[in-house]
Amino acid sequence: MASKTYIEDIQRTLYDIREEDRSIYKTSAGLSEEIIRDISARKNDPQWMLDFRLKSLEIYNSMPLPTWGPDISALNMDEITTYVQPDAHIVGSWEEVPSEIKSTFDRLGIPEAEKKSLAGVGAQYDSEVVYHNVQKDLLTQGVIYTDFESAVHEHEDIVREFFMTLVPPKDHKFAALHGAVWSGGSFVYVPEGVELKLPLQSYFRLNAAGAGQFEHTLIILEKNSSLHFIEGCSAPKYSVTNLHAGCVELFVREGARLRYSTIENWSRNMMNLNTKRALVEKNGLVEWISGSFGSHVSMLYPCSILHGEGARCEFTGVTFAARGQNLDTGASVIHVAPHTSANINTKTISKSGGSATYRSAVKVTKNAHHSKCSVNCDSLMLDDESRSDTVPTMDIEAGESDIGHEAKIGRISDDAIFYLTSRGIDENEARAMIVRGFVEPIAKELPLEYAVEMNRLINLELEGAR
Amino acid sequence: MNILEIKSLSVQVEDKEILHDLSLTIERGKIHVILGSNGAGKSTLMNAIMGHPKYKITSGEILYEGEDLLKLPTFERARRGIFLSFQAPEEIPGVTVENMIRTAKQMISGEKIKIVPFRKKLRSMMEELKIEPSYASRYLNVGFSGGEKKRSEILQLMMLEPKLALLDETDSGLDVDAVQIVSNGIAKFHNDQNSCVIITHNSKILEHLKIDRVHVLLDGKIVKEGDSSLIDEVNSHGFENLH
Repeated sequence: MASKTYIEDIQRTLYDIREEDRSIYKTSAGLSEEIIRDISARKNDPQWMLDFRLKSLEIYNSMPLPTWGPDISALNMDEITTYVQPDAHIVGSWEEVPSEIKSTFDRLGIPEAEKKSLAGVGAQYDSEVVYHNVQKDLLTQGVIYTDFESAVHEHEDIVREFFMTLVPPKDHKFAALHGAVWSGGSFVYVPEGVELKLPLQSYFRLNAAGAGQFEHTLIILEKNSSLHFIEGCSAPKYSVTNLHAGCVELFVREGARLRYSTIENWSRNMMNLNTKRALVEKNGLVEWISGSFGSHVSMLYPCSILHGEGARCEFTGVTFAARGQNLDTGASVIHVAPHTSANINTKTISKSGGSATYRSAVKVTKNAHHSKCSVNCDSLMLDDESRSDTVPTMDIEAGESDIGHEAKIGRISDDAIFYLTSRGIDENEARAMIVRGFVEPIAKELPLEYAVEMNRLINLELEGAR
Repeated sequence: MNILEIKSLSVQVEDKEILHDLSLTIERGKIHVILGSNGAGKSTLMNAIMGHPKYKITSGEILYEGEDLLKLPTFERARRGIFLSFQAPEEIPGVTVENMIRTAKQMISGEKIKIVPFRKKLRSMMEELKIEPSYASRYLNVGFSGGEKKRSEILQLMMLEPKLALLDETDSGLDVDAVQIVSNGIAKFHNDQNSCVIITHNSKILEHLKIDRVHVLLDGKIVKEGDSSLIDEVNSHGFENLH
């Protein structure tokens, strides 16, 4: 799926432009049954969904915070506004989107990208989707791409069957939180044999200070279908903590192929506690492209369950932690069926006191004989104050399986810098070349504009805290 | 006219003095050769001229075209026209040969280098050095054999066209044919406007070059200087009697 994705030529300052908070409704900060009932009523949830939310709240209240990983004590749920309704209704044409919201997405290049190279776009602003559109010919082929609230009403049976079955609220505390307060997100259904030539893109923009974003993404690919889905996210910077606890559930049926790409660029006051999981059936393929550049703290470990014989997973990740950032990212794979294979390649970079941890988990169950898994993680620390850790775990029950793990942690050597400067390249550019070179094997797997965007973010990061 | 004047230079590496009060003059448009036994300080001298941070200048000065070189950071020295061909070039993963040379050329000239003519020139230089065309898109020195690394250094020399080329044992570890190729590369590069300083153990590389000056460096000092006949003298009698 070598589809081309257009990403506007953007700079960090563009991410940071705040719009005045013109939301028409906000719940009060914190979490209570009353707030959940309020959100649910505003969405006109069916009874089962309200029950689901309340049950999730109960689970949330009964569960402890994770005892491992980065420090998330800065997050005080009593101060987070879980629902912020923008002054806009979902529409299918950009002209109808209120101008100040539209200008945000214009700056992010979304309408432009849609014209050039996307088959459909969803745009969420704070808690609600404000724009959703998909090419007409996809509709005639039976493709569904809609905001999640519409899906709950218009495709209730499917949603009810799949919603939070891959990531149940009991999974962890923030999955429970998500189950209670989810709002917005995307629903995609691709019928058997339908192959989308162009990607779909959902963009999540959090504008309100002190707010949480809890979008839900559910994608179902029927037999032998294929899709490239792109998720983008950003927020302007505030002095108070914002929270993102989204949830992504991907169902890849027999012979289907899904590429799920994310370049996440949250601002540095964001707690990004996100859960993504894919269930891959016989000979199906899930490809994850995951770029983590922003946020104050991230915990993100997309998981692939290789459930059918011959199911495959390719994971490609880049994480860049700069000053004040603790990015704990990685991937996990569960081999459940025979002859399944997974390839995990990640690069992490830390600088200016940033901390990057790569955390992976590979499990091969008894039944998954003749499975293969290769994990490769490279870390690069740009200075002495930065941290990099690798925490791999492996649990192999099947005898005949081929599992490999390779981890390298390194620094930029003075000799490499000297070599490039001796060619007339100044020190900063030499450093940037080495960093870009470090991620190059991954960048070349990305669609061109994505690679350009990643390089731009790397340059900004390198310039940022000198 | 001198391009480089080194006056009473002392250099330390990790608190150990390697060069003691060394003086050396390099003339414009000439080829100089520095001979010396292992550990005499030849590479230290090259690195000190280029400004490697590990090499600490404790006294003396280096003038390049009359300018105080020691005040300049390494990249400025390169931009003013000094080039060092390393004995053991670094591997830079993810940065292609072509990209590095083009970036360097842009930085040195301060101008945008057009890709098409640049590539054409790169191709022809590679051909001359018998480097496979595919190496242009390989990562710099990664997985290159010793000989390929040296040829890649000479390729950079030919593309960057410095005024002063410092060649640190560019012939070591090369077979006879490769030495010939590298030697031809140097001959092609050299003209009456640029200077070469060649450090070598092996006079093979010098056979087809017109050597103007020879300096013998022993124990951190220049102990003898002369014309090309000094090479034969060292070849037949060794360094022993030069002290």
